[in-house]
Amino acid sequence: MNAPTDSSAMPPTTHIDRSSLKEETISDAVIRFAGESQDGIQSIGGFLARLAGRSDQEVMTYMTIPSTISGGPSIFQVRMGTGEILSAGDSADFLVAFYQNSYEEHIEHLKDGGVLIYDSDHVEPDTQDRRFIYVGASITGLTIEALGGNAKTKGKNIFVLGLLSRIFNLDVGKLKDLMRERFGGKGEGILRNSYLAFDAGYAYPADNILGRYYQFEKTAADASGKPQVSMDGNQALTLGLIAAGVRFGAGYPITPWSTIMEALRTELPKYGGTFIQAEDELAAISITLGMAYSGYLAVTGSSGPGLSLKMEALGWASMAEIPLIVINVQRGGPSTGLPTNVEQSDLMQAIYGSHGDSPRVVLAPRNVEDCFYIALEAGRIARKYSTPVIILSDQALATRIEAFDKPDLEELMRDPRPDLVPRQEDFLPYDLKQITRHAPPGTIMQGGKYPVVTGLEHDESGHPTANPAMHMLMTAKRRNKLKALAKDIGKTDVFGDHEGDVLLVGWGSTYGPIREAVKRLRAKGEQAGSVHMHHLHPLPAGIERVFSRFRHVFVVEMNDEGLYGYGQLAGILRACYRHPAIRSITKTDGLTFKVSEILSGVEHLRGDAVATYSSYPYL
Amino acid sequence: MAPTATIEISPGSEPREKLTKKKLTADHPTWCPGCGDFAVLSAFYRTLEKHQFAHEKIVTLAGIGCSSRFPYFVNTHGGHFIHGRSLPFASGISLARDDLHVFVFGGDGDGFSMGGNHLDHTARKNFNLTYVIMDNFVYGLTKKQTSPTSPLGFKSKTDPSGSVDEPINPMKKLVSSGATFIARTHASQVKHMMEMMDRAIEHEGFSVIECLSECVEFFPGAFDASMPRKGGEFVTIEEKTLDGTPEDESRHDPLDEVAAFNLANLEWPGVFGVFYEKQRTTKNKNEAELGNKARAKHGDLSDLEILEQSFNRMI
Repeated sequence: MNAPTDSSAMPPTTHIDRSSLKEETISDAVIRFAGESQDGIQSIGGFLARLAGRSDQEVMTYMTIPSTISGGPSIFQVRMGTGEILSAGDSADFLVAFYQNSYEEHIEHLKDGGVLIYDSDHVEPDTQDRRFIYVGASITGLTIEALGGNAKTKGKNIFVLGLLSRIFNLDVGKLKDLMRERFGGKGEGILRNSYLAFDAGYAYPADNILGRYYQFEKTAADASGKPQVSMDGNQALTLGLIAAGVRFGAGYPITPWSTIMEALRTELPKYGGTFIQAEDELAAISITLGMAYSGYLAVTGSSGPGLSLKMEALGWASMAEIPLIVINVQRGGPSTGLPTNVEQSDLMQAIYGSHGDSPRVVLAPRNVEDCFYIALEAGRIARKYSTPVIILSDQALATRIEAFDKPDLEELMRDPRPDLVPRQEDFLPYDLKQITRHAPPGTIMQGGKYPVVTGLEHDESGHPTANPAMHMLMTAKRRNKLKALAKDIGKTDVFGDHEGDVLLVGWGSTYGPIREAVKRLRAKGEQAGSVHMHHLHPLPAGIERVFSRFRHVFVVEMNDEGLYGYGQLAGILRACYRHPAIRSITKTDGLTFKVSEILSGVEHLRGDAVATYSSYPYL
Repeated sequence: MAPTATIEISPGSEPREKLTKKKLTADHPTWCPGCGDFAVLSAFYRTLEKHQFAHEKIVTLAGIGCSSRFPYFVNTHGGHFIHGRSLPFASGISLARDDLHVFVFGGDGDGFSMGGNHLDHTARKNFNLTYVIMDNFVYGLTKKQTSPTSPLGFKSKTDPSGSVDEPINPMKKLVSSGATFIARTHASQVKHMMEMMDRAIEHEGFSVIECLSECVEFFPGAFDASMPRKGGEFVTIEEKTLDGTPEDESRHDPLDEVAAFNLANLEWPGVFGVFYEKQRTTKNKNEAELGNKARAKHGDLSDLEILEQSFNRMI
């Protein structure tokens, strides 16, 4: 392709004289990229996240991609640091703006004293605004020049990566390794162009304009000694399912669930299974239930509206007692709602959706690493209690990249094979004395009587019955196995103080901001703690004892306060534990919680008797 | 022990005692006396007796409806699923467990109304299973409402002055769906029914049979025109034998989709037999092939080693 014809197009990338520049040591930095979705800015974030993962830096990213396939505003925010990074950061230290509108929309998210890096070919910032430092570069022009003039808009992202590498003194060797891994398979030309764009960005003397460069604090090497892996929540869920022994499944595309089904479609055939695309959500769960009945741990999933469509079959799974994993990557609802924003408004649907008394298990992962481990937990529960298990992830977790210790796979891998051991004469498919353990088809029934799994109310041998006593007994059987699980969950960890003034309760992706809020409260000398609920249904036995040790219990969730003034989990906790200290901090703007929003919720509620604090009190 | 990359399941128990109707009989059917479904059940027992599959490898499934009570009356592994979704449920079983013989029974409401979309997609994907639609032109379990195959003018509780909606022509729907084996039979013709079930079982892929089965309670006499003992005529399809004789010219070629469609268009009560039959790669084979290709790239790595590789790419 475009081999460099002029040696000046290949500037040296490793020897930059910085003797005249000031070194500024920082512990972490929040960098926001704002462009259009075709600019590939997510891949800058991906590179930075993985670089940080390889450098023993905790990393967290925050990303939005619009629902339109191409065009429309797109942002990606990455927070890199050497300490424990808990949230994506409320406002940015650096803003990279590709266009005038990206500059205008995001400049208010830049901290005072923050750095605006902008494409001078497209952006004219108001440099009279003295709050910020301005670094303009002809990102478009220089990229085209570096790639030989026909590159159009491609490569600008890699140029920016080069630019940032210089400003932050990043490890160029490692970044180029990552680029080779990412682009090497796509042909030498692509890889060479990437290097050219990177070098052009690295050659641009942005550090001179700033008069300084930044250096992340050196910290002791990661104590665990394990290599770090970087991935997004949907990737972690996918890999967790495989480790859990899931080999089959079916789904239907919907944002933001689709990337899980795409990955399973590619991955499962390698493991002797498959994942297929069904004609609709109803077929997807029905096919998956067929796979589950046939003896494999199987998975289906969707996002909110798709889960609604699966509800009838989910009721069957509760009645027939079939192990099943269902993933719901929540988005803003109801209906088509906000397909590319985050919300935690499907909790009630997850616990109570479907018809009749249809108990099932609901779990929520707290961060990307937990997406991996929660899939294993879901698999363990589904098998042990022969029940459907819903994993409530969300859009924010699905798309953000975090680094974490590589799991011990040898220890964790589960055997996927169906249990086809012949069943003895006394086998009962719905034994009242023990938890149901089905005999999948292919199992020899030594008594000669073959079982039918059924959605009709049934007796112990699976015969349909409308006997009143039997319906009571079977309803209790389905309920009591989940009560047994509640006792089996173990102690819930309390972060921070174990008694005192304020307890923050959360679930799902709000883990980071809630923890950081607790840290800040305690830094001010307050007695504050938090619990993060892994198990939402059944709730862990004894959790109410934690609540009773605090004066205030504030449940922080991204859903509406509802008609009665409580968010979805808060309403459930109040109903279960009748504890008047339980109140709500909610919000419905489709964005993740900022630490400052949680803290102002705490301030407002503490001095007031109202039920709820919403980030938007005028609503 | 780390699981390996292939999942192998034994092809079935060694032939033990003969699989008899007695062994295959479970609960006594709850159908009304005189219901056509009794004959379908009987034909199924006898077809299974003939084939002698390993007992534990037979799966009998259904959705919701009178006829969908079927699995309770057959002593095999079985599942009674939800209304209209028995085909996707069965597809999942067939795909995950190619060692099983999967049979699905249901009615016209289950197959053509609630499950109409699934019928099309199961057919075009060609899952390896056999589906028998026991069509009685009426909703019986819920006591006489209009069904998707109820003829125009049929008086039901939901159409007291007579149905006004054009009924589905099952054979036309099935031919256009891409099903690879399509037959039509009649519950009053046990020999013909068994012959169709037999050929459906032999067919590799999605085989579907519409079986007219009279509801004596809510639509008595619906099929009289096709019953010789009620003064009607049971006309069967003569298939090409390729014997080179001139009369073979006019016989039906089951590979001919247009001819099948024309047969489906014949005036009521139409004809019975195999409308269409074609060999096409099954979904089961296609998915297995994907697996073979994916595994070929990984040599004989174990599941654990493949997953390790995935993680190592994320470092």
